[in-house]
Amino acid sequence: MRIPSIIITLLLALTFTTRADNQVIRIATCCPLSGAQAGLGEYIKLGAQMAVEGAQPRFAELGFNLQLFPQDDQATPDVGVAVANRLVNDASVLGVVGHFNSGVAIPASEVYKDYHLAMVSPANTNPKVTDRRYANVSRICGRDDVQGPVGAEFAVNELKAQRIFIVQDKTAYGQGVAEAFRDKAKALGANIVGFTGTEEKSNFSTIVRLIQVHKPDLVYLGGIYDQAGVLVKQMREKGIEAVFMGPDAFDSSEFVKIAQDASAGTIYTTVAGPIDQFPAAKDFASNFEAQFHRAPESFAPYAYDAANVVIAALEAAIRANNGARPSRQAVCTAIRAVTMDGITGKIAFDAKGDRLTSDYYIVKLETASYPGKAIKVISSAPPQ
Amino acid sequence: MSGDVLIQILPSVLLEGLLLGFVYAMIALGYTMVYGVLGLINFAHSEVFMIGAVTGAEVYRHLLPHVGNPYLLLAISITTAAAVSGGTAMAIERLAYRPLRRRGNTNRLVPLITAIGISFFLQDLVRLIEGMWHNEFFVNYPSTPALERTFQITEMLSIQMKAIIVITVSLAMLVGLQLLVTRTRLGKAMRAVAQDAHTASLMGINPDQIISRTFLIGGALGGVAGVLFGVLYTKVDPFVGFLPGIRAFTAAVLGGIGSIPGAMLGGILLGQLETSAGVYLPLLTDGNIGTEYKDIFGFLILVLFLLFRPQGILGRKEGEKL
Repeated sequence: MRIPSIIITLLLALTFTTRADNQVIRIATCCPLSGAQAGLGEYIKLGAQMAVEGAQPRFAELGFNLQLFPQDDQATPDVGVAVANRLVNDASVLGVVGHFNSGVAIPASEVYKDYHLAMVSPANTNPKVTDRRYANVSRICGRDDVQGPVGAEFAVNELKAQRIFIVQDKTAYGQGVAEAFRDKAKALGANIVGFTGTEEKSNFSTIVRLIQVHKPDLVYLGGIYDQAGVLVKQMREKGIEAVFMGPDAFDSSEFVKIAQDASAGTIYTTVAGPIDQFPAAKDFASNFEAQFHRAPESFAPYAYDAANVVIAALEAAIRANNGARPSRQAVCTAIRAVTMDGITGKIAFDAKGDRLTSDYYIVKLETASYPGKAIKVISSAPPQ
Repeated sequence: MSGDVLIQILPSVLLEGLLLGFVYAMIALGYTMVYGVLGLINFAHSEVFMIGAVTGAEVYRHLLPHVGNPYLLLAISITTAAAVSGGTAMAIERLAYRPLRRRGNTNRLVPLITAIGISFFLQDLVRLIEGMWHNEFFVNYPSTPALERTFQITEMLSIQMKAIIVITVSLAMLVGLQLLVTRTRLGKAMRAVAQDAHTASLMGINPDQIISRTFLIGGALGGVAGVLFGVLYTKVDPFVGFLPGIRAFTAAVLGGIGSIPGAMLGGILLGQLETSAGVYLPLLTDGNIGTEYKDIFGFLILVLFLLFRPQGILGRKEGEKL
């Protein structure tokens, strides 16, 4: 029986050596890093990375090794849930920045909820994300039930759209924002000439044909840039001149790369303003560019702020715990108590986990180049 | 919606259905030819199609500044894509299916699972290469005015130059394949191997060589289909093969798997069904049934066929093999 006892001793020794890992605190980012939406997901990771790297010296002084733990959820709900299950079982993970897609965040946060793991979303706009009132789920961007109506008001009141054709991508995000847009536009007196879903990524010929038949003066797509770019290109090819409009997931330089010339004139609402809208983000933008050799896009400043919310909450929870490692529950509670001046403005949360006031931007791509110009900013509190 | 509009748009809907149908038909041929000689459903074929689409796009956009004539450029893209896709299909057969066959593995599930595995492998391989090369996963077919020139035939019917090209190239390919299979020694050998590989080998035919060429031809057709698909719909990415692949497979089954004219017929039928359903369902139901339900019809017809005529439109009942 000598050999087994040696193995046991070795195992014990190993567990004691891994004990030192106890001082590692990880903040995970969850977003698509591969696949068609990686273009937007990448910036969430990089934004959070800037925040974590900035806080590492402070955590070292507190005796902790703060690390970023980037995860790829492939913009797919089942992969997102698998990632969530891995994260909750890793005791060093004390906070999640993510996800990017509402359709992924909603099921994944069900997993986090059972383990009281805090999730701060930089980008999930579907109302359901916070409407479930989970104590661990917060977000620092706006909501689709405000974003959709804000877009509809702009379309009907300022663009004077009378006939509107709506397409949605059949995800929680796309369908949600498209329905919010439709209901508001209808209430404002516009005629909704079509409302249809599609899972196509490249062949939109049937939708383009329907648009041609209905002759709308505005086409709204509740969907993401990889579909939007192709749809608008095929519309323009067939000579349809209706205004093309959509939600915040159009906000990527890839949209322009896909649609090319057809992207000119596109209008989108977004919960993430162009970086030049934030005076406080100047340093962030120049540091970002110096480190990653590209300008921060879309949700990068929001991911930076979301990570900083988690970091501030961690620091508060560590202090409250007399310098020892806090529990996950304590981090969740601390997040709701955070008030700080982020680079995207003042951050504080209501009881549901929504930001007290969020800004909504109407952005227009005047020419076929990114980024567009914010032509209107609307501040709004979340609906209760 | 007034009935007038429904009729007015019919010709253009039929035209779009035909374009899509030709693409499906060319992909379906790859499924059906391989099934004919091996009795194997080569699910990796959708990735052979994707590789053709991506290769074509890369050639197209890299040569665009150097080759002035868009038709010549397209011809180069199509040829390169056909060669790369055909080569890929042959390599898949040589590296994956042939070793399995050599082991005398009679379980049909083994090559099927292998095919699905290869499919994932190829998707991620292309994604990796594209990601390292351009730091993005999609490739655009750049628009050229010559290909996008539109001929207005009636008020509601117009045809783009690229549509004419798609129809011409597909027809040439389909007729060429039919001639190859029915009129040449290679075609005769392919039919012989499909009928009975063992007996064919007694007649001096090398079945492995014929199988390899079948993969080459089917793969090349898939590659051409990929370029045509890309030219029509402008954007391709490593995951673009999935939907057309599954629909083309349906088309092959619909037409009678193993039958070459059946695959062509099935492809065109499915393209028509999908396009017409996608346009007319929302129009006839006043938008209550959206265009997203267009696939229901294609697959409903497939289920009906499987129930009442499992051999498909032109397929033959599989006899008992001794």
